[in-house]
Amino acid sequence: MAHVLLRHRDIPNLNQLDVYQKNGGFEAFKKAITAMKPNEVTDVVKASGLRGRGGAGFPTGMKWSFIDNKNWPHYVVANADESEPGTFKDREIMESNPFQFLEGLAIASYAVGANAAYIYLRGEFWQVAALLDEKIADMEKAGLLGEKLFGSDYSLKIYTHLGAGAYICGEETALLESIEGKRGQPRIRPPFPPAYGLYGKPTIVNNVETFTNVPLILANGAEWYKSMGTPDSAGVKIFSLSGRVKKPGNYELPFGTTFRELVYNYGGGILDDRPVKAIMPAGASSSLIVVDDKALDTPMDYASVRTLGADLGSASVIVIDDTVSIDWVINKTIHFFKHESCGKCTPCREGNHWMMHLTERIHSGEGSQNDVSLLLNVAKQMQGKCLCALGEFATMAVVTGIERFPQDFQKAVKA
Amino acid sequence: MSLAQKYPNEVNQILAKYPPEHKRSAVMPLLYLAQREEGYVTKDALKDIAQMLDITETDVASIVGFYSLYHDHKAGKYRMQVCTDLPCALRGADKFLADLCGNLGIQVGETTPDGLVTLEAVTCLAACDKAPMFQTQGPDGIQYHENMTVDKTLELIEALKSAGKEVK
Repeated sequence: MAHVLLRHRDIPNLNQLDVYQKNGGFEAFKKAITAMKPNEVTDVVKASGLRGRGGAGFPTGMKWSFIDNKNWPHYVVANADESEPGTFKDREIMESNPFQFLEGLAIASYAVGANAAYIYLRGEFWQVAALLDEKIADMEKAGLLGEKLFGSDYSLKIYTHLGAGAYICGEETALLESIEGKRGQPRIRPPFPPAYGLYGKPTIVNNVETFTNVPLILANGAEWYKSMGTPDSAGVKIFSLSGRVKKPGNYELPFGTTFRELVYNYGGGILDDRPVKAIMPAGASSSLIVVDDKALDTPMDYASVRTLGADLGSASVIVIDDTVSIDWVINKTIHFFKHESCGKCTPCREGNHWMMHLTERIHSGEGSQNDVSLLLNVAKQMQGKCLCALGEFATMAVVTGIERFPQDFQKAVKA
Repeated sequence: MSLAQKYPNEVNQILAKYPPEHKRSAVMPLLYLAQREEGYVTKDALKDIAQMLDITETDVASIVGFYSLYHDHKAGKYRMQVCTDLPCALRGADKFLADLCGNLGIQVGETTPDGLVTLEAVTCLAACDKAPMFQTQGPDGIQYHENMTVDKTLELIEALKSAGKEVK
């Protein structure tokens, strides 16, 4: 099947503006501005069933319809912070199919009446930001950005903004704080960004992959998009496959593809042909799925993955084989979250600190079964008490690791 | 010399990205600019940026402290930042880093005796399918180096060394 998002894999040089335009590029943006009212654009996106690709899976069109039309100006922000361990899809989109992303961002801006859009890239994407700046300049030269677009009264400017190495800035309110020139610490919500966002103004924040779906939805219609995927999870998704597989990489597949197809047909199976032990479908934030035949045959859509006691999230599928001990896995995830906790709320800041001490003791072979119980207890105490999702994410692998793989922890501690 | 005197065009371009009443937004790009030559943010640069944006030096210092890619002290000309997070570690990142330390004769956090490379272990860089990998942060910005081996890394270090000599 031809790609919807990773179209550069089918069409050479799609990152050149003339090639992109020859393949229908910016026709959807033109159609939106010249033939559709802003709310009609939102209605099509709503009808398509598109859900946010950053991890939360919130219905995109519904989010756009929440924009507060009594308060102006409006902003649209692309979340290109891509920092979840196991996620590397937005970078491929921006590097290789940048105009489809930019067109989606432009269409969203028109739909919610924003005349300025920001792309917030993680600081490490220095080269990607430079490339997007070139592409934005190409669009300005071609009259696709700027004043009075396509003879209408609509104007739009797009700017890039580089972060500087902080996972928390993928959280949308922390991201907005960061653009405002502050430390990237989440805000207390509500109010949510569609009411109170960048500079206190109504703002729509979506993931890069979410925007990249929009031009083809507008061009081909909501029914076309819904014909792919499952009723609960419409369309296609880029699955970032990593860990102990032979062929890691990005695979664009319809929702509802099984784990088995992804790991064995696309990923080429497991290194040294070992058995799969566990899968983390949402990166380091994920619960650990115990892998058996039933799990492998589970379709990857939001609802089905939940039946395995996990979330699909951003579909960053980390594969763990039987050579790996789960106490080592959670040692890695806890170190990550300890480093990335922003320090604003106590349960996350202190909880991660103490979880790190405990996991270090267990992992070094100096721990006892009591330390394992205490670690589980600390993680459960954090749950439901943190200001944002980061603190909750930090506990997922810890709780499910200890509860679903107790034998690995028994082996790790002193008898 | 202030940033505005040294890099007038770039400073103006940065300020133009944000509404004039929200010029504080420019603090992050200005900090990158300030770091370009020394590899870290000097006390003078803190003061300079604070004045330019009408915020306090403490405000600027809090940004430097919060974000991993800003530095408040001098290190090697290039910071070699190896990802050792879970997906990379599942593909040998820890062993790669240990072998690299052995070859360079330095520990994580240390700098080679010639002052060229500081070796650091960092969290996820969104290149999990191309491990082992690292980025170099130096005077010319940030570059990714993917699917690396110790031999390829030593070659890169040699190239960085001779590139430095040509400039001088």
